[in-house]
Amino acid sequence: MLSAMKYASPTTVAEAVDLLGSEPDARVYAGATDLIPQIRAGRPEPAVMVDLKRIERLCALDSRGSTYTVGAATPTSDICAHDGLAAAFPGLVEASGLIGSDQIQSRSSWGGNLANASPAADTPPSLIVNDARAVIAGPGGERTLAVADVATGPGATSLEDGEFIVEFELDEPPARTADAYLRLIPRTEMDIAVVGAAARVTLDGDGKVAAAAVALGAVAPTVVRVPDAEAALVGNEPAGDALAAVEAAASTATNPIDDKRGTVAYRRQVAGVLARRAVSIAAERARERGGQS
Amino acid sequence: MSRVHVTCTINGDPAEFLCDGGQTLLDALRDEVGLTGAKEGCGTGDCGACSVVMDGRLLCSCLVLAPEAEGTVISTVEGMASGDDLHPLQQCFLEGAALQCGVCTPGFLVAAKALLDRNPDPTETEIRYGLAGNLCRCTGYDKIVRAVQAAAVTINES
Repeated sequence: MLSAMKYASPTTVAEAVDLLGSEPDARVYAGATDLIPQIRAGRPEPAVMVDLKRIERLCALDSRGSTYTVGAATPTSDICAHDGLAAAFPGLVEASGLIGSDQIQSRSSWGGNLANASPAADTPPSLIVNDARAVIAGPGGERTLAVADVATGPGATSLEDGEFIVEFELDEPPARTADAYLRLIPRTEMDIAVVGAAARVTLDGDGKVAAAAVALGAVAPTVVRVPDAEAALVGNEPAGDALAAVEAAASTATNPIDDKRGTVAYRRQVAGVLARRAVSIAAERARERGGQS
Repeated sequence: MSRVHVTCTINGDPAEFLCDGGQTLLDALRDEVGLTGAKEGCGTGDCGACSVVMDGRLLCSCLVLAPEAEGTVISTVEGMASGDDLHPLQQCFLEGAALQCGVCTPGFLVAAKALLDRNPDPTETEIRYGLAGNLCRCTGYDKIVRAVQAAAVTINES
């Protein structure tokens, strides 16, 4: 098993692009925590496995001016250990740390989590509420795409043949801004989201919401933004009626499936509850930051 | 087809082996290097029986392609004892009967060592979360957690 494949480890983005161009049945990978199990489950083996981890840019964790850049193959354990990211994006870092065990954390990455396009992936909702961008390399050069525009359905993305994600860009959040991510799983660890809810809240000087973003995972083929929840928050204190409106809007925005982890009705209800709680936590964090900004 | 030549360090010693491009590190360790401590439980990264440390990172060797090991430093369960002296974790697993069939044990030992290297005095909760990537179908985990706690005390006292 797995033995017919060739292995390639390019050390530059250009080399990887050339490899993918010359070998149509090549497949890029970072940690392989999804790809190897998929192949074992019967997915056809690619002719060449292209390991992206020897490309320095793919594993780098940097900031340029007020923008963080995170290599697409950077292990989530490195992301969780990065003080700057944890301070700027506590919810996104929490979501990153929820993926699998310590063993998986050594290998899992934002790039893989996004490109595999599982509807239940933990990091895309948090990347989306933080307006993260994906830098994509391919035969036509590099382009930058909003993370929200990458996944198009379960296992499907808008990446063209020969393209792969190089890195993510995240702008330093404005003052009085914070995010949060909550996930419901039937166990306490090592399971796939029944529902995931990410929220980011920016407060004004009076403690009212100046801007908000709410995104849900595992309740539709791709991540669902909840504009009605965001509209209900802006101009109001993140409490009472506004939070009730968030809950109702989030439940309504979902389009979930029935499966062994939860029914449609259960997912709808939990999506509302988690969205409300995530907004509350994000708002509380934003308030705590009020004094610092 | 041509095989890949890999040079690395395993348990402190220089090592080299030939592998296929799509062979897993677990299979290479077992079949090419002859280190059979790491076990294949699930082959999908769920059970942790194949846990090894590569370049300081605890991982499932069933999810690593063997050619990735080029130039790396790998630690397996075979490297834990010093000659005839067992590592405190191994000693405490034995004394605490923290194993029954034993298939998961090498993975638990490697993962527990990685945990204690990072966090020498973990709480019970930290141990349970830290070892969540290792499955045991015999013990019910309690004796394993107690053995790790006992080993932490031994290590911290020495």
